[in-house]
Amino acid sequence: MTQQNQTLVKLENAGVLVNEKWLVRGVSLEIKKGKIITLIGPNGSGKSTTAKITLGLYKNIEGRVEKFTNKIAYVPQKINIDWTLPIRVNDFMNLTSNLKKEEIETALETTGTPHLKNKDLKSLSGGEFQRVLMARAIAKKPELLVLDEPVQGVDFNGEIALYELIKKISDTLNCGILLISHNLHVVMSKTDHVVCLNGHVCCSGTPIDVANNEKYQELFGKDISKILSVYEHSHDHIHKIDGTIEKKEN
Amino acid sequence: MLDDFFVRALLVGIGMALVTGPLGCFVVWRRLSFFGDTLAHSALLGVTLSYTTEINMALSVFVISSIVALILLKLQKKTNLPADALLGLLAHSSLAIGLVVIGLLATIRFDLMGLLFGDILAVNVNDIAVVWIGGAIILMVLKIIWKPLFASTVNYELAEAEGMKPEKYNAIFTILLAAIIAISIKMVGLLLITGMLIIPAAMARNLSDNPNQMVIFSIIGGLLSVFIGLFASLEINTPSGPSIITTGLILFILSLTKIKKKSQLNN
Repeated sequence: MTQQNQTLVKLENAGVLVNEKWLVRGVSLEIKKGKIITLIGPNGSGKSTTAKITLGLYKNIEGRVEKFTNKIAYVPQKINIDWTLPIRVNDFMNLTSNLKKEEIETALETTGTPHLKNKDLKSLSGGEFQRVLMARAIAKKPELLVLDEPVQGVDFNGEIALYELIKKISDTLNCGILLISHNLHVVMSKTDHVVCLNGHVCCSGTPIDVANNEKYQELFGKDISKILSVYEHSHDHIHKIDGTIEKKEN
Repeated sequence: MLDDFFVRALLVGIGMALVTGPLGCFVVWRRLSFFGDTLAHSALLGVTLSYTTEINMALSVFVISSIVALILLKLQKKTNLPADALLGLLAHSSLAIGLVVIGLLATIRFDLMGLLFGDILAVNVNDIAVVWIGGAIILMVLKIIWKPLFASTVNYELAEAEGMKPEKYNAIFTILLAAIIAISIKMVGLLLITGMLIIPAAMARNLSDNPNQMVIFSIIGGLLSVFIGLFASLEINTPSGPSIITTGLILFILSLTKIKKKSQLNN
């Protein structure tokens, strides 16, 4: 099982200072093959920043980032396509890789968007665009997948399906996933490890550890905690960090 | 055949259009038209340098334009001024310095009009070689860097996250831009070269729904501008460089009738 636990990226005490303000500081986390790590936290808590640190998008950071893979796919939170650029979904799929026709079609099918293949990228709705972004990332068959709010704008049924898909990708491609999401309920049930941010690491651990953490409850309020308790009762096992499944004691 | 000035002009024009087509698309996509202008303005300094030191004009223009591009990149990181202000600063100051230097070199006679608007009918065999060899190198490099450059044009962060090294390829592209300005300054002049880059690409944008198509239309537009512009210049005795650009504009206006603009909202 050593391969299973292979580390893809490791952040040690990472932080970014922009205009004399710390966007986020003191973040340590490790993304391993086949694992899903979720970042949660309120707006401006440094979730996207942490994702960007992980991807190496900041030049000057505090702390250390070690990357052990180059096969990375990124689904950014927002992407603006300049209207001066005519580009179809098909062109976009091949943006950073050289995929075969079938690979593109398969990936578009998994996200339910095969009909969009020849559409202009700017003509897509928010939800459609999000699905195409996901398809592009999957098609690359990455070892590390960074998803910054991948389901925003996607309708409710699609949202659940996409989260199912994320889980499936992590299993079939055995890739590590860093996921940022607002939907705590769905996210928590699919995740191996949760990091709760609020400018720093507020708390982290298995979903249940985090849900039971006082700081977390303080940050998100009691209502959310209730939702999570529903989740907690619906499962009879917990996923430990090393990937083993443990029967929950009652 | 190369004895005929008109054939020489055609050959140079074709070579130029083949290169400005694809480069121009990137200039439009990346919104670099004012940047191209700045490089072209600074070319005057390069021209005077070539007169005083007697090195090849294309080479000295290339060196000066590249230096100005590098200064711009440095200034952008150091100051809080917006990019367009910095570009204006560099464009006009390098133009002014160029003119001052010309004034100091009172003994050398300059064809200032030729410098500003080019004289494609006066090119010699040497110029043809510079355009075709230089152009071939530019196109080859562009072909090699196409993928990462295009990715970083669509989205810088995405390209960087997925290991496409956008900073490096953006710098290479800037150098290619300086190179095309250097080799074509003699033909269309420093005031019109940006037009040669942008107008065919703008026309192509109206007709295309994917990037490759736009590049091809841009090349065709450039070639047509050169052919029609040169013939018109011969027939009705108009200045050649401006005739080429004017033809490009007419093609652009014609392309407006066939506009392919799918999203109606955000533009």
